[in-house]
Amino acid sequence: MEQGQLEAPRLDVPHHEVQQVVELIIDNVNQLKDAQGLKVPAHLDSATTLFGGDGFLDSMALVTLVVAVEQAIEEKFGTNVSLADPGAMSQEHSPYRTIGALANYALQRLRAG
Amino acid sequence: MDAPVTLITGTRIGIGRHLAEHYLRLGHRVVGCSRAPVDWTREGYKHYEADVADEKGVKTMLSEIRRSYGHLDHLINNAGIASMNHSLLTPTSTVSAILATNVVGTFLLSREAAKLMKGKGYGRIVNFSSVAVPLKLAGEAAYVASKSAVVALTQVFAREFAEFGITVNCVGPGPLATNLIRSVPKQTIDRLLAQQAIPRMGTFDDVANAVDFFLRPESGFVTGQTIYLGGV
Repeated sequence: MEQGQLEAPRLDVPHHEVQQVVELIIDNVNQLKDAQGLKVPAHLDSATTLFGGDGFLDSMALVTLVVAVEQAIEEKFGTNVSLADPGAMSQEHSPYRTIGALANYALQRLRAG
Repeated sequence: MDAPVTLITGTRIGIGRHLAEHYLRLGHRVVGCSRAPVDWTREGYKHYEADVADEKGVKTMLSEIRRSYGHLDHLINNAGIASMNHSLLTPTSTVSAILATNVVGTFLLSREAAKLMKGKGYGRIVNFSSVAVPLKLAGEAAYVASKSAVVALTQVFAREFAEFGITVNCVGPGPLATNLIRSVPKQTIDRLLAQQAIPRMGTFDDVANAVDFFLRPESGFVTGQTIYLGGV
């Protein structure tokens, strides 16, 4: 597997679309916080680290968040996307490392149909 | 309590069809799938034409189950294909097809079903292996490899899904009168039966009984296990 395949390329998509998905992810993080008593930073934005480094999700919470985001995207956009990724657990290339990276990755999958 | 929702793959014929009818009789809401259309219908049964190895089709089916029923209680990964042939005469296309349906199909259905079951914190997944695995049947290398992989998936999924309240187990039937063994010579079947503690062909009800056990709510402490029928 080439490393390049693991990266979530930044897309040339309108800012408001990225922001929509960022907000959707933040909503789901907050739901997870309430449901599972997760310790979440007071302020969440696209630069917030989710996983790896100083991320606040452990691997199981990451699984729960990604599945919830898949379902929320389907409900909001009517498109079934898979956010499964071979680089998921990679510190450097994971598309789940920040809220913004996950939003970009989700949009990339949405565009791929 | 709502009737359980049970998804069974490979319901067009054989064990899958029998299990669909069995769980309909028990009052489940049954969803089934097969690559070709079914020539039967029952009240409470919903059919999808889907290939278990096709990610898009499987995801669409599970999305529709989520929208229609809100949850999924049981998944029975019955769909499977076999090919009797010496390894030296087996084309790689056959190997790929067997692995796609038996291994990728089981993986994909389990992954998508677990996402849905996770929401309720409850689920039962039953996979299908075969006595061909412990018997190491000559002439079925690709099939045996695929069904060994199903046992391995069962064991790992059991650990990964335990915290979602989902158990994952496996049934390994011996020969049954299904299309899968239609073309196998009688001597081969007789030799195989002779290796069982109880040397007779299995029945659909033998299989359903083992699946029933794994699906019971009381079986919540049973996971990662494979039951081989007939005493292999």
